[in-house]
Amino acid sequence: MSFAMDLVYLLVFPGFLFLSTAGMAVQYVDRKLYAKVQNRVGPPAVQPFADFLKLLSKESIVPEAAERDVFVVAPLFGLAGVLTAILYVPVWGAEAAFAFQGDLVVVLFLLSIPSFALFFGGWHSRNRFSDVGTLRTLTQLFGYEVPFFLACLAPAMAAQSWEISTVMTTLAESPLALVLLLPGFFVGLLSLQAKLERVPFDAPEAESEIVGGALVEYSGRKLALFHMTKDIEFVVGAGFLSALFLGGTAPLYGIAGPVGGFVAFALKVLFVVVLLTVVKAAFARVRIEQSVGVFYKWAVGIAIVQLLIVIAAASAGIGGL
Amino acid sequence: MSGGSDERIPVGPQHPSLKEPANFMLDVDGEEITGADLTLSYNHRGMEEAAQRKDYLQNIYLLERICGICSHSHTTAYVQAVEELMDVEVPDRAKYIRTLIGELERLHSHLLWLGVGGHEMGFDTLWHYAWRDRELVLDSLEELTGNRVHYAINTLGGVREDVEEDQFPMLRENLEEVKERAAYYAEVVPEEETVLMRCEDVGVISRETASELCAVGPTARASGVPTDVRKEDPYAAYDQLDFDVITHTDGDLLARVIVRLEEIVESCKIVEQVLDDMPEGDITGANRPTHTLSNMVEEGEAISRYEAPRGEDLHYVKSDGTDTPERVKVRAPTMANWPTVVEGLKGSYIADTPMIVAGIDPCISCTARIGVEVTGDAAVSIDGGDRKLSLDDLSDYAKDWYGQEVN
Repeated sequence: MSFAMDLVYLLVFPGFLFLSTAGMAVQYVDRKLYAKVQNRVGPPAVQPFADFLKLLSKESIVPEAAERDVFVVAPLFGLAGVLTAILYVPVWGAEAAFAFQGDLVVVLFLLSIPSFALFFGGWHSRNRFSDVGTLRTLTQLFGYEVPFFLACLAPAMAAQSWEISTVMTTLAESPLALVLLLPGFFVGLLSLQAKLERVPFDAPEAESEIVGGALVEYSGRKLALFHMTKDIEFVVGAGFLSALFLGGTAPLYGIAGPVGGFVAFALKVLFVVVLLTVVKAAFARVRIEQSVGVFYKWAVGIAIVQLLIVIAAASAGIGGL
Repeated sequence: MSGGSDERIPVGPQHPSLKEPANFMLDVDGEEITGADLTLSYNHRGMEEAAQRKDYLQNIYLLERICGICSHSHTTAYVQAVEELMDVEVPDRAKYIRTLIGELERLHSHLLWLGVGGHEMGFDTLWHYAWRDRELVLDSLEELTGNRVHYAINTLGGVREDVEEDQFPMLRENLEEVKERAAYYAEVVPEEETVLMRCEDVGVISRETASELCAVGPTARASGVPTDVRKEDPYAAYDQLDFDVITHTDGDLLARVIVRLEEIVESCKIVEQVLDDMPEGDITGANRPTHTLSNMVEEGEAISRYEAPRGEDLHYVKSDGTDTPERVKVRAPTMANWPTVVEGLKGSYIADTPMIVAGIDPCISCTARIGVEVTGDAAVSIDGGDRKLSLDDLSDYAKDWYGQEVN
């Protein structure tokens, strides 16, 4: 029974089936809102699904010069990373599908896997544009990972736990703590935007400079998987941030049970998606060294200040910390 | 021209960020560009040769298709040259109408460029906004001429279609909005932090370099060279209009953005003056049936200059007294601005390439004449490829190709 339940978690909810649907929904919201901000009509709701199906039906080419094994495995590798990550993020109740002390660190690690998949796939496709793109992917990774980790450390310190579910339930009980964590949330959002390689941090795929970067040689199924990975990473990343900084499934799961909890989760993910889409519409693309500069000059500083705030608040006993 | 690096990155001839076939070879050291080579004219269109096979009237419509954006610029430059040979007086009203269309064309070209520039720097929202506002200008042009892009308004000795007084209110209304939008962009764009990060001190061309390389149009003006054919050598109705030549001193990409935005506002003012002062009278000075106009051209040669949205457009027409020109030579503004791109690329980052190339508002196919390699030995390659000829060989090849006798 337990094994069957695990399979359901992995493949149906909150795993593959749910996530792929949610990923497409998020992609739709992102594209539609982006279009509205730009005074365009935007795609219909089934467009992300249609795009996915179309890519699946296309020929999936492996370049002769590419390292075949790495090139083929990379998209699956990235997808597996984000699919696993959701298991530790509470989606419907106070507890995630699986939870243990330290799962926060595991999720941070799992969320960086798509970037590495992109790097391996791009690097081994032996294309000059993807060479530049993957180097930028890695460079940017060094930029945003440290502030992202620091930002996510703050709620963990505040709740004195390394378990996402515990952090979420502890912080949800004291709204003041969530207010104190706003700087960390801001850094988390910026880092997530960079992780997803979206404007203004989309230098790694800059279509007008390096033609999509790491994904230049990818086509058909493999490209579809990469796109899907990015959408799912968006959902998981947004869900992860909302669990740490926005109280996740609270307060509705206490009122209306799992369904209420899920509604709260969905609304908060939507909120993060809308924020990041507006950011995407409001800026130009910064160069790679500027993007790293933004993270080391500003984001790291803000994240450290955030940690100091948490320590000060805890020693003064403010906000129930 | 290459530096000490070992990696070369090709940009073009087919490249997603270039809508037309330009070809750069960038020597890069990490993300920095240490040297740049430019190969022109991957795509030879044979426009000038085609012009020698059509009569003067037909050529208006051929040359209009040199460029989809400065179509009016090319026809005006051409008809001005031919009119000089025809010895015909263009009536004032026709001159005003040419000015009107020319300035509307500048408006839509600059707005188009603002959108392209926005896209190249990854600012797609600016792109969509600029192109939405551009529709106002295109609507106006359609209302006036019936066409959005190739207006076909010029003819030898004047213009083909008159404008009506009752079209003016709609024009004024549209322009008022365009002016407002341009003023808004001029205020907001230079203050947007990410735009500054991408444009400030990028692709800097000093005033001296711009003069030395004979840059033209907004590219030169952004470097502080106040060159503008409309002032230096007024044609059409420009000698009767009051307007400023917009210049900027910084010479970077941001200056090019600002100069073009301010030129939009200035163009709106010009159009308003044209509408206010539109004189009455005929719209063509040649009192003959249109199809006989080509026969009026006398033997001789003429050069005509025109301030296209991208800079000085130059047409040379040589006539042997028949109804077809002996030679038509076009120097599109992009040709004059290419060297500044090569100069601006050096020391920049790869990421800046599209912006720097787009910064001169290049019209690559308009420029395409013949494949000349900037580097390499004193030889010329056809189609920009390996097939190289010396200048004499090339001359023979050309004469052979065009069916003339080899000297």
